[in-house]
Amino acid sequence: MKTEKTKEAKKGVLKRIAGPVVTAVNLDAHMYDVVKVGNEALMGEVIKIQGNNTIIQVYEDTSGIRPGEPVINTGLSLSVELGPGLLTSIYDGIQRPLAVLVEKMGNFIERGVSAPGLSHTKKWTFKPLVKAGDKVEPGAILGEVQETNIVHRVMLPPNVKAGVVKTIRSGDFTVDEIICTLEDGREYPMIQRWPVRVPRPVREKKNPTIPLITGQRILDGLFPIAKGGTAAIPGPFGSGKTVTQQQLAKWSDAEIVVYIGCGERGNEMTEVLTEFPHLEDPKSGKPLMERTVLIANTSNMPVAAREASVYTGITIAEYFRDMGYDVSLMADSTSRWAEAMREISSRLEEMPGEEGYPAYLAARLSEFYERAGLVETLNGAAGSVSVIGAVSPPGGDFSEPVTQNTLRIVKVFWALDAKLSQRRHFPAINWLNSYSLYLDALHDWYDKEVSPDWNKIRSWAMEILQKEAELQEIVQLVGSDALPESEQVTIEVARMIREIFLQQNAYDAVDTFCDMKKQYDMMKAIKLFADLAYSAQLAGVSPTQINTIKAKNELPQIKFIKDYKPELAKIEKEMDAEFNTLRSAA
Amino acid sequence: MKEYRTITKIAGPLVFVEKTEPIAYGELVNIVLSDGTIKRGQVLDTSDELVVVQIFETTTGIGRDSGVRFTGETIKMPVGREMLGRILSGGGKPIDGGPEIVPEKRLDITGAAINPYARGMPADFIQTGISTIDGTNTLVRGQKLPIFSGAGLPHNNVALQIARQAKVPGSTESFAVVFAAMGITKEEANYFMADFERTGALERAVVFLNLADDPAVERIITPRLALTTAEYLAFELGMHVLVILTDMTNYCEALRQIGAAREEVPGRRGYPGYMYTDLACIYERAGMIKGLKGSVTQIPILTMPGDDITHPIPDLTGYITEGQIVISRELHRKGIYPPINVLPSLSRLMNLGIGKGHTREDHKKVSDQMYAGYAEGNDLRGLVAIVGKDALSERDRLLLEFADLFENRFVRQGYDEDRTIEDTLNLGWDLLATLPVEQLTRIDRDLINKYHPKFRAGAKKE
Repeated sequence: MKTEKTKEAKKGVLKRIAGPVVTAVNLDAHMYDVVKVGNEALMGEVIKIQGNNTIIQVYEDTSGIRPGEPVINTGLSLSVELGPGLLTSIYDGIQRPLAVLVEKMGNFIERGVSAPGLSHTKKWTFKPLVKAGDKVEPGAILGEVQETNIVHRVMLPPNVKAGVVKTIRSGDFTVDEIICTLEDGREYPMIQRWPVRVPRPVREKKNPTIPLITGQRILDGLFPIAKGGTAAIPGPFGSGKTVTQQQLAKWSDAEIVVYIGCGERGNEMTEVLTEFPHLEDPKSGKPLMERTVLIANTSNMPVAAREASVYTGITIAEYFRDMGYDVSLMADSTSRWAEAMREISSRLEEMPGEEGYPAYLAARLSEFYERAGLVETLNGAAGSVSVIGAVSPPGGDFSEPVTQNTLRIVKVFWALDAKLSQRRHFPAINWLNSYSLYLDALHDWYDKEVSPDWNKIRSWAMEILQKEAELQEIVQLVGSDALPESEQVTIEVARMIREIFLQQNAYDAVDTFCDMKKQYDMMKAIKLFADLAYSAQLAGVSPTQINTIKAKNELPQIKFIKDYKPELAKIEKEMDAEFNTLRSAA
Repeated sequence: MKEYRTITKIAGPLVFVEKTEPIAYGELVNIVLSDGTIKRGQVLDTSDELVVVQIFETTTGIGRDSGVRFTGETIKMPVGREMLGRILSGGGKPIDGGPEIVPEKRLDITGAAINPYARGMPADFIQTGISTIDGTNTLVRGQKLPIFSGAGLPHNNVALQIARQAKVPGSTESFAVVFAAMGITKEEANYFMADFERTGALERAVVFLNLADDPAVERIITPRLALTTAEYLAFELGMHVLVILTDMTNYCEALRQIGAAREEVPGRRGYPGYMYTDLACIYERAGMIKGLKGSVTQIPILTMPGDDITHPIPDLTGYITEGQIVISRELHRKGIYPPINVLPSLSRLMNLGIGKGHTREDHKKVSDQMYAGYAEGNDLRGLVAIVGKDALSERDRLLLEFADLFENRFVRQGYDEDRTIEDTLNLGWDLLATLPVEQLTRIDRDLINKYHPKFRAGAKKE
């Protein structure tokens, strides 16, 4: 608590109420101070100061509030509580645990109820990692708590002076109990509070070199995101943004996952809440929920809290990064966040920018994405925050301001395509429009960890797909029979890449996650077919005959088989044999 | 109660009142005309100097001399079991000649958001008897699945068929229907009422009618009254409720009208910037709650202006609802009923309600395979127009035929034809059987062996 302003609480009077924006007079306040509004003490935040008027956005419904009611300034900025107990939690946009809210006010979200982000009564077993006499720098790791299967590293707050440890305790403590005292008399509990709108400091930001493996073929294989990178998934409704985000939350090989449901559907959040505890982390075998923090602010919950939810999420992500973890953060959807900004801005009667969005939209978006990154933390560890933001462009039109401002910042673009989802090609990511700017940075990793020829095979597949798009234009006009024979083979190979490699069934127990080795083997098998087909075609075998190869029809089944290797080897052998027969007949 | 005579400005549906005592935001207001008539409104903006009141009816007759009474409470609605079988106005007053509703409870019509943590996961398959919904865009209890239609298309018939046939197989409880009409014509309303009466559905229905000539602003509260009623029936009386809202386009027009009257900064096409949040506060009032028996399932109907699915109304709706059923003018012109175009249609909760234990293990894969086949066959139609059927490969020719079969046998069905899910899936297999087996790449071998007519028959011979 030492990190924030500790001036006395000040009291003012409400003057005007218009939806989520209210005006108070005679209030001594600073920008972004948290205030309690009205007799019910609804939580709000100062967003504008004008003469004697203080403009406040309120995080709860303001019906029934009258002019003349009191406003109390807490003097603190909007902060989150950080410490053991974050994992497996489900919060609303201002870090109130939803489970606690159900206990306090039943099945519906009422207002005027406050609930701390962490349990202040639960005891955690703290194991010190420093001893008396040790010098500790800001951000230093003091000790650890086994929170779930994840070790929670308890740190000195990042914005305090260095010191020397006088006493450090070991045993079971609540988050408020003092565990460490320094020589100069400063005392620290496990909990720390951090204002959400301020990025947590790091020693150095680095360039990412390792991919975030997601188990999704089109992402890992063709358009990878690096650990510490940023990606955007824009797409019209129904194109599979949420499923893709959820797949990433489930299967990405980050150690911690922060999932922000920002202004989205209630039933979808319920799906996540019901499903995650039963899903296993492919690496640890433990429930995925144990590494996850969920923030759920559905579209009918107050709009100001929606605006805050994204900051709450990224601050929690940064805190785990500071422990030296790889964190991935999914924000679904950043468009709803931008719309919350627009709504608040229009209530403030600010001069609108493009499509009514405030002029500071671009700045807010870039500030947010810039909080991602691979870093050296204050305690010297390597940690990362990867940010994947869904964008919901109106009418699926990518030229709108939120998509455009996002694309200027992020390095990876996964373009969802309604046409693909209509024909149930999932994930409906368009392979021609999408891109990843991390390919060069990750080149060496793929060379070393997958196969020295992976990068080549990837380029080959992209070339085939590109070529197919050109050929399809001709086919649309004259039919496929009019194409030269070699190009008919290309069309067939491209179809196989699309249907076998790119299409992936998120609802199939096996196909939902596909590791890099399997991806490589699958692509390699398609390449094998392509090589055999091209050479057979040169040897005089017609494309119609090539299409009769039975083994290629078996290939899609590989997706659904867990121990696919024997089956794949069999298919490849048959394929070779069939081609030999065809060639000897030709 | 104090009465103010300090109206300083009347613009559209808004009345500005000065020099009042502190008035609460959202408070219900009664305006008393010189002849004694009372008009109702709600506070939109309140400050020391000025209170802005939005009137739910026309402002005809309101003047500087009208009295303004602030009731001190937000809009509450009397609800009770007796409402079943009743017809109410868009403002919640009985218009069927029956007595006033005796309230068991008075509830706030804005309704609070269901805590996502308290929500139950929708997983009960609703059989509507319509193949294109059950088979390829499955509806589940607690879902909000709108019908996107256009002017002159038979969306009302589809909605009525759903309301009539909807049931959860294996469950004997029937759905209670809450029907809210916003700005539809008397003729359309009669059509709905006649069908409700014919099938006996009226006994378990609550009807709210805001007709085309009723005040547009009243439309803002009609869906809220309907949903408050639905929530009461579902979560307090444990009923399964199907809510039909029609026409959401009229609702959005009313929203725009008020936005313009308040001189707000408009968003896309003049609709207010908060329309997403506003619509969400309606659509999100669907679902189930853990530990409670009832459920609210919503079928909003909207007509897309100019059949344009990117228009802000269908667009924002699609971002909030859990899918959409799209009615196609092209299929309608071909004489196919119900003219549901499955390609842009979607049910997001489908996967929760289908498969083993819900419908049948092959459901998902059969549906995907049909989608893929129909999409490709449909694309080929464009090609055929240019090069003719003869230039097609054998594979393409079969797909083209599949698309025709799909429309004529799977999509097309009678207005009173109630197909079971087994019928629908078997029909799907019959159609898929016209394609070569190796083309069914989305279905695994085991399911093909079990359900494909060719192998099914083969298995019988053994």
